[in-house]
Amino acid sequence: MNGADEAPRQQREKPDPPGYFEGESMTRRRAFTIAAQGLGGIAGAAIVLPAIGFAVAPIFHRGKERWEAVGPVSDFVEDTYRQVVFTETEGIGDAGKTTAYVRKSSKQLEEEPGKYVAVSNRCAHLGCPVRFVEAAGNFICPCHGGVYDFQGKRIGGPPVRPLDQFQTRVRNGQVEVGPRYSVTSQLEPVRARDPGEFTGGIWEYLYPPRPSTFPAP
Amino acid sequence: MPKIPDSIVPAPLRKPAKPGANGGAKGQAPADLKSSPPERETHVDRLTGQAKEAPVDVLAWVDQRTGASGFLTGMLYRKVPKGTNWFYTLGSATLFAFIVQAVTGVFLAMFYTPSATQAYSSIAHINNDVPLGQFVHGMHKWGASVMVILVFVHMGRTFFFGAYKYPRELNWVIGVVLLILTMTMAFTGYLLPFDQRSYWASIVGININGTGPIVGPYLSDFLRAGPELGATTLARFYSIHMLLVPGALIALIGAHMYLVVKLGTTAPPWVRGDKPKVATPVAQLDAGVESNGSGNGASPS
Repeated sequence: MNGADEAPRQQREKPDPPGYFEGESMTRRRAFTIAAQGLGGIAGAAIVLPAIGFAVAPIFHRGKERWEAVGPVSDFVEDTYRQVVFTETEGIGDAGKTTAYVRKSSKQLEEEPGKYVAVSNRCAHLGCPVRFVEAAGNFICPCHGGVYDFQGKRIGGPPVRPLDQFQTRVRNGQVEVGPRYSVTSQLEPVRARDPGEFTGGIWEYLYPPRPSTFPAP
Repeated sequence: MPKIPDSIVPAPLRKPAKPGANGGAKGQAPADLKSSPPERETHVDRLTGQAKEAPVDVLAWVDQRTGASGFLTGMLYRKVPKGTNWFYTLGSATLFAFIVQAVTGVFLAMFYTPSATQAYSSIAHINNDVPLGQFVHGMHKWGASVMVILVFVHMGRTFFFGAYKYPRELNWVIGVVLLILTMTMAFTGYLLPFDQRSYWASIVGININGTGPIVGPYLSDFLRAGPELGATTLARFYSIHMLLVPGALIALIGAHMYLVVKLGTTAPPWVRGDKPKVATPVAQLDAGVESNGSGNGASPS
């Protein structure tokens, strides 16, 4: 007898929530919940997204192209380098300076005549400063033993590519150095990469060029 | 550890009586927070009595409004497994190292200037001119190494004791994030003195970041705030070092410790579980009767 009573009660639907109107697709409580959460989400995004953009923006910002005179053309010869120091990053004093080794392009090495070669002293392994050793005609890195030949091609140690170079030009009899660029193992210019990153071939895609660097010459 | 006399421990913080011990034992916390006063008291007696009760009154006032004593007694007097030993203090040691870093870091920040042109001289000023400056700087510098070492030893303890297993996997995951954050602190803090060593070490570290395929170059640019290590790099590292990561560290340390208290610690792997002493479940009794009844006599009961 009891079982017969309970059977229809189980089939009956749940009671309508308070404030329910016939034909509503959702209760007002639910509508307000969604609206409040949505507004909260928009308010949160309005604060968080600009903050993240602010922190990430430098990735997409390219500074002004900078050229600096490093000496008269007569200072530079074909068969050895002359060390020059110039500012690469402005506003931080000596810490923004960098060193390059500059020479005239060499006929012996079948380089384009009348140009100047500026080899960066930043090791292509992890960025330590390399030194040009006159007696050996090599660049040698003190940190992990990277060795580069006269043109800056890697001949030993852990570096993954030749030494970076700087663009050069002659203005008013002065040699000027400009933006940095990297080179492949065949010394073809590519956009500047950080040390430790390979260049050329598939590596151009695995280490994509950064918007903050200047196009290769 | 010497026992703290009950008279100086405020009643809400007293160790609860062991279950089964007589309810009227001496260590039992009184039902009322103030014990009943002596029958005859002079004016001085009453004042001393009030003075003695003052800290208890203050704690009771706070407790009444926060209910903290239940949480604190539960946390401070929680059971630890048999075999708990000195290896179990490595987590607390790491926490202590973090607190040392936080405190010394706050005081270093009072004298440090995160500017590429002034950072080095402000550190020199701390070391050479500020009273005890070299000591506080030294604590922060060496404490950083100590913290990294302790984190790894603590991690090794957890691994070799199997303390990462169910139900503590989430705490292991939080611990790994804490390890990464600690390394981030070590990396970003290294640049701040802005001397030759920190400058070149940061360049090498950022370039190692850059060797990650596809995202690496962008990550390097993000860290440097540009294509070269510049004026904003130092400010960026400083902000990460003293605002971003410490906040995350404190929050995650809280979660880490909550889970330790919630789940309890594990016994060392060489400790066997106790055999049941008091009551044997009926199912086991039944099984025992059956095996005895088989009569092969091989099972030593």
